[in-house]
Amino acid sequence: MSALSVVAAALQVVGVLAGAPMVVGGMRQVRARLEGRAGGGIGQPWRDLRKQLRKQQITPAGTTLVFALAPAVVAGSTLLIAAIVPIIALGSPLDPVADLFGVVGLLFLGTVALTLAGLDTGTAFGGMGSSREITIAALVEPTILLAVFALSVPGHSANLAAIVSGTVRNPGQVLTPGSLLALVALIIVIIAEAGRLPVDNPTTHLELTMIHEAMVLEYAGPKLALVEWASAMRLTVMLALIANLFLPWGIAGAHPTVFEVLLGIVAVTVKVVVLASLLAAGEVFIAKLRLFRVPELLAGSFLLALLAVTASYFLAAAPS
Amino acid sequence: VTTAVHTSPAVPVSGARPRRQDGLPFEAALCGGVTAVLGAMGLALGLIGIFGEPRHLRIGWLLPLIGATFDLDPLGGLFISATGAVSIAVGIYAIGYAKREHWARFPMVMLPLFVVAMILVPAAGSVATFLLAWELMAAASLFLVLTEHRRDAVRSAGAFYAIMTQLGFAAILIALVVLAAAGGETFAGIAARAPGLTSGTRTTVFLLTLMGFGSKAGLLPLHAWLPRAHPEAPSPVSALMSAAMVNMGIYGIIRIDLQLLGPGPHWWGLTLMVFGAVSAIFGVLQASVATDLKQLLAYSTTENMGLVTLALGTAALLSSSGAPTVAAIAMTAALLLLLSHAAFKTLAFLCAGSVLAATGLRDLDKLGGLARRMPATTVMFGIGALGASGLPLGAAFAGEWLLFQSLIHAPHGANTVLALAMPLSVGAVALTSGIGILAMVKAFGVGFLARPRSAAAEAAREAPATMLAGMTLAAAACMVFAVAPVVFGPTLARVLAVLPTVGGSAEGLRLGSVLRLPGFDGSISPGVLAAALVIAVMLSLVVARWGTRHRPPAVVTPLWACGADGLSPRMQYTATSFAEPLQRVFDDILRPDTDVEVTHFAESRYLVEKVTYRTRTDDPVEQRFYIPVVRAVTTWAQWVRRAHNGSIHVYLSYGALGMLIVLLVAR
Repeated sequence: MSALSVVAAALQVVGVLAGAPMVVGGMRQVRARLEGRAGGGIGQPWRDLRKQLRKQQITPAGTTLVFALAPAVVAGSTLLIAAIVPIIALGSPLDPVADLFGVVGLLFLGTVALTLAGLDTGTAFGGMGSSREITIAALVEPTILLAVFALSVPGHSANLAAIVSGTVRNPGQVLTPGSLLALVALIIVIIAEAGRLPVDNPTTHLELTMIHEAMVLEYAGPKLALVEWASAMRLTVMLALIANLFLPWGIAGAHPTVFEVLLGIVAVTVKVVVLASLLAAGEVFIAKLRLFRVPELLAGSFLLALLAVTASYFLAAAPS
Repeated sequence: VTTAVHTSPAVPVSGARPRRQDGLPFEAALCGGVTAVLGAMGLALGLIGIFGEPRHLRIGWLLPLIGATFDLDPLGGLFISATGAVSIAVGIYAIGYAKREHWARFPMVMLPLFVVAMILVPAAGSVATFLLAWELMAAASLFLVLTEHRRDAVRSAGAFYAIMTQLGFAAILIALVVLAAAGGETFAGIAARAPGLTSGTRTTVFLLTLMGFGSKAGLLPLHAWLPRAHPEAPSPVSALMSAAMVNMGIYGIIRIDLQLLGPGPHWWGLTLMVFGAVSAIFGVLQASVATDLKQLLAYSTTENMGLVTLALGTAALLSSSGAPTVAAIAMTAALLLLLSHAAFKTLAFLCAGSVLAATGLRDLDKLGGLARRMPATTVMFGIGALGASGLPLGAAFAGEWLLFQSLIHAPHGANTVLALAMPLSVGAVALTSGIGILAMVKAFGVGFLARPRSAAAEAAREAPATMLAGMTLAAAACMVFAVAPVVFGPTLARVLAVLPTVGGSAEGLRLGSVLRLPGFDGSISPGVLAAALVIAVMLSLVVARWGTRHRPPAVVTPLWACGADGLSPRMQYTATSFAEPLQRVFDDILRPDTDVEVTHFAESRYLVEKVTYRTRTDDPVEQRFYIPVVRAVTTWAQWVRRAHNGSIHVYLSYGALGMLIVLLVAR
């Protein structure tokens, strides 16, 4: 660990904080253009955040500390993930603190916090959103863990830096059946976890079909800003993570130079922009699934992940 | 439109029974105090067992003919100290609970006796002593389950528990008698002669002990007593049973099958893994749809014991596949999961007890809003639920992490069995942990947050100081597991050293502030992670202060009611509705029994007067497995009854015939 890797980790946090709203703005812009609208521009989410942060703090009657703290827990756990995972450089000082299982755990800690907040309001919508969100999370978590396992088997490690540097050293690893199946499974669950189409519609205004938006219905003003900011950061971190797990090229090493750090920033920006645009473009062509069809999709991805693990186990067994 | 929702049998309000006004305060204090002191002594004894020289004690007069033998070694010491630690918290809690719940003198005597029995079981050094202590434990716990025997549900649960625990005992008895016949009466003697046993004997003993100990540990399919006895027993007893007694089942499996008889063939490990995985998934699914708070916790016990058994099986399989280092990780995972389960389950049951004492309710569909009325209990239950969900900052996190690591690091290419067993196990563990989060979010979110769903919940008051003190101790233990599992490093290393057949010494497995694995790239640091998370949450709070200058002063506003006014608490999601989507997903496994009855107005078929919706989830294993067995036994008994025709002469001839056969056999 050098001073520059500490700087790189700090840059990751700041970059995710600053860049996440623009990622969401960019996705909305891509969608708008493809649908023939002008769109609000990439900076629109930032302008929204600024507006909401200046609004009055509103506490819904009867809510407890759980409701008040949940947005900060989601945002905080996401920032911590941003500091741990290799986005710009490999040698984050927090790298030994949590491996991929730890990161998945942190991700779900945030989900659980928001779910409890939804229940805490004591309204029908809050409970409905929470119930749906946690059901999806309960099916998403096993899939993520399995996919993680599939990626960990070849390198004998669930440590993020070890997985990514393993792929840099041995690029053929990405094209093994195990890796590819894990990639598909991960993409499906990340779409589900981030509440994108076809699982959830982030722009819906019909409460009965909402999942995430129903859960956070009682949030307003600065707290809502934090919730939206956090969910944009989650999406960004997950996109960056998936990009670096499968296409790690350009990422700075454990002892980077200034140039490598800059290269890492550019590389990850390009990767996230491309992935986000693809995701947004894909969303134009699909409709939201009926809620009770979603588990089928997730069961499918669970199966893919299970196949990925089995494949990686058997194929790792064969040549060695 | 009225909707009557009946999801579980109504739980009577505890205040309904006739009773004296103010219990037995002195006796309650004595009972709790003695239990806590016994617990402290057990903890000390266990630690001596773990870190001291092995001790041997023989009391000739205690058992006729053979005498009682006690051996104190690190493995027994671990279970003794776990039991002791649980008993300290439960004892302190019982001071307030027994007074508040107006216990009679009989259960107050049984509680310390139960603790003593549970301390004796792992200390037993011979077959006869073990069986005696085991039966003492079973009997004491049965009497405690029957504390509130005036209620029908308690009597039925007691009968269920009595039958199943005695069936389990019979299996253990036969197994240990077979073992003693072949290897001698003391465990030391058996260990010395174990390599010479025939494979038939070993297989018989393994299968019978797995059945007997598995039923005590709440593993499928002999788990059915657990979701009955745990909810109906008084909560301190549930805590002792769930956090200490079920451990004895695991102790039996480790001691007899893995230590004395091990290393076993491949299929022993596989069998343990299968039973563990099935129990874990089934337990967590039932927990996620349970609406009775204590029943939910009981099913979660089945889930956790399933995970522990899965870890044990993994250790056995890996060790018989020639990967002792990874086997040691799996074994550490099993022991750490077991200990952390004891901590968070004690806490959860004690909290459930204080909710029950305050409201008379266990039904989550009627609870809610306790966060404002019982803030301390709510915080404690939150810590316990976080522990049970296996998330970072929770007690079970380190154990689950180790289990996953042992599954990842299994050697590739060793054999096909491993290559199939490991991914499937990961799938089972992953599914369990995902659904486990839902179950715990439901228990905490529906039970403690939101608004009260009944008048009883509305009138809840915080528990008395002694009960809170007991819960605080258990919560502190949970926090230690969550942020500093390092504390348990030396203990687990000593225990692993006496388990040569499942990995032997944990060379290099350091549970330091950063958990590192020997020879593998992988580490985690729960303490640093917790600190970093706190800092990150602070940071995000600071970021959210941006724009404060421009904000008008904060206000409290009513909830959004879609423009109408007045949301009634009945409009909230309940535990049943919360778990409904998941129940729909696992419909084929859970097989809920749903019944919708629509009553129309007499004047017009188009107008609905009332809708009655009933749903209940019965245990499918009981439905499919128990009922046919019970029916077969009944048929057989009817057939045998023909021999009982009431004639003394016939009975005398049976006796004479029996004597003749005995004489012939014994000749």
